[in-house]
Amino acid sequence: MTDLQKTPADAASAPAPAGDPFLSVRDLRIHFDTDDGLVRSVDGVSFDLHKGRTLGIVGESGSGKSVTSLGIMGLHRSKRARISGEIRLNGEDLISAGPDRVRQLRGRELAMIFQDPLTAMHPYYTVGQQIVEAYRVHHPQATKKQARTRAVEMLDRVGIPQPDRRVDDYPHQFSGGMRQRAMIAMALVNDPSLLIADEPTTALDVTVQAQILDLIRDLQEEFGSAVIIITHDLGVVAELADDILVMYGGKCIERGPAETLFDAPEHPYTWGLLGSMPRLDRELQDRLVPVKGTPPSLINVPTGCAFHPRCPYAALTGGRSDSEVPVLAEAAPGHHAACHLPAAERHRIFAEEIAPRL
Amino acid sequence: MTDTQTTSIPSPAPASDREPLLKVTGLTRHFPIRSGLMRRQTGAVRAVDGIDFTVNAGETLGVVGESGCGKSTMGRLVTRLDEPTAGKIEFEGTDITHLGVGAMRPMRRDIQMIFQDPYSSLNPRHTVGTIVSAPFKLQGVQPEGGVKKAVQELLELCGLSPEHYNRYPHEFSGGQRQRIGIARALALKPKMIVADEPVSALDVSIQAQVVNLLDDLQQELGLTYLIIAHDLSVVRHVSDRVAVMYLGKVVEIADRDSLYRSPMHPYTNALMSAVPVPDPRRRQRAGRERILLTGDVPSPINPPSGCRFRTRCWKAQDICSSQEPPLVALKTGHQVACHFPENAPSGNAPAETAS
Repeated sequence: MTDLQKTPADAASAPAPAGDPFLSVRDLRIHFDTDDGLVRSVDGVSFDLHKGRTLGIVGESGSGKSVTSLGIMGLHRSKRARISGEIRLNGEDLISAGPDRVRQLRGRELAMIFQDPLTAMHPYYTVGQQIVEAYRVHHPQATKKQARTRAVEMLDRVGIPQPDRRVDDYPHQFSGGMRQRAMIAMALVNDPSLLIADEPTTALDVTVQAQILDLIRDLQEEFGSAVIIITHDLGVVAELADDILVMYGGKCIERGPAETLFDAPEHPYTWGLLGSMPRLDRELQDRLVPVKGTPPSLINVPTGCAFHPRCPYAALTGGRSDSEVPVLAEAAPGHHAACHLPAAERHRIFAEEIAPRL
Repeated sequence: MTDTQTTSIPSPAPASDREPLLKVTGLTRHFPIRSGLMRRQTGAVRAVDGIDFTVNAGETLGVVGESGCGKSTMGRLVTRLDEPTAGKIEFEGTDITHLGVGAMRPMRRDIQMIFQDPYSSLNPRHTVGTIVSAPFKLQGVQPEGGVKKAVQELLELCGLSPEHYNRYPHEFSGGQRQRIGIARALALKPKMIVADEPVSALDVSIQAQVVNLLDDLQQELGLTYLIIAHDLSVVRHVSDRVAVMYLGKVVEIADRDSLYRSPMHPYTNALMSAVPVPDPRRRQRAGRERILLTGDVPSPINPPSGCRFRTRCWKAQDICSSQEPPLVALKTGHQVACHFPENAPSGNAPAETAS
């Protein structure tokens, strides 16, 4: 596993990361025991993330992207979940660390923005009380007044009008977009070094989505934190992410810098995702090119390459697709894909069959 | 599949080209707000506030707008799941605005609905066979070759296996459930289908499958669609004409290509520029071109005077707060309700000033 490096071609977008990554995940596995069998939600995911960089995790529902993020936050109950692998935050392993230590870090070093701000906020407490609580847990020496000032300041920073008055409102008095802003304020109140946003804009309208994406980008520039954005919307990751990780069936099947991933995707599943969505920036296609079939069950993940039952090119792998799990190999500098097809063959198929239809 | 058509359904003469299949004039729905001891009406949520449009046979009209703009209420009014406060709905020339439950029943054969959430729109205690055959039972229709055969043909038409007849909804994935909902809507060979966010609950790869299915069904069965969605790229893909709604009003309605190439209403412009483009290279440029709307949609209880979009519009002037812009055709097949439209053909703009 090499470092996520930028190719020289896109060095303009961000400086090449140097030094040790801030967050380093190695062979993360999160399995759940259920009555129906073992659910392999995350099955060997590895990635690195540097400060000031944004990683986008893309995948369909059930691909394990949210479970990964909850795993990093230490939000799985140890009774139910079997977690193995390594999650190193600033060199410190979070999996072997005790729950108390993780609790200290959570909220201060790691913070999370959830998908649905209405269910993620407590309806009984005012928005201000909830932000104040998050602040005082990690700043026990702060007075209530200081904490409140800080809450107002954060609400102002995320663009809530009249923050000194709105701080005393309840979540239901906020609109969807404002609630999402308030949740971002709550996540950022302790200046976390790592921010995980799990589908932060899925519940929002496009106009509000654009505002929130802008806000996340601005805040990241200002605070220099590392951001993981989890979404199923390739448009959203294209807006924010420096690097993209595509998940399928609990595994990372492709990982690379955003530009090359969109320009020269390596994995047939990524081609399928790109072909499935109608795009406003392209001429109208006659028909979309969907991925056939449905995502796999995580209890009965197909043998070999989990994507092979849906892959139109599975026959070209010489029978390896259903017997051998493909390894994530470097296909281009900094760009990894887990596919049995020989790289030259993939490039030919993409250039001849896929690219003209996108 | 075509032979599931029963003889009991009269096949009316094809509507002439000029006669629209569905004609809506001044459609209004106000939800009363009652308060106090006497439950007196103290206000109203003006969910749909006077909209006009037509849908021609065989075409697809897409309706887009932010949440709360009244697009779903409009869909429920057109299918008469809800009673309009005012206005008129004509289907094939028949006024169906205030038909009672009994009088509406024969019309329901022709207007069917596909719902947004494939999880809550199917009864979990009924088998697929019961769900898809329910329309036959309710309408007293005896399909040729029996109900079971008809249902299995419908399932096949929608890309499901006929063996799924005895299964329950929980055995299916979201995309398959949506197909069951579509099969049910098609059972009576309707003329028009109103689909409220038919693909928004589905994964991207499944979304494309369902969009293609809707496309195929339209070609095969000559259906007319009214598709309500918030996703502008999906709407562009499926529609022939597109209506943009804002706060209970239609602000722009036009042919698809005309609307997406040269949107005239500032709101349409803002909506389109807000759609994230899946191309990281365009990120820098998109940031500059993007029109960021500030704030939220105003409350439909007290909509702004005049033009409803003026509170968020960067082109708003005095006239916008005093006079409501009418929906006028500035170009063939392109109607817009704005005092200062963009991309308007020269000499046609009502009050164009330097902007």
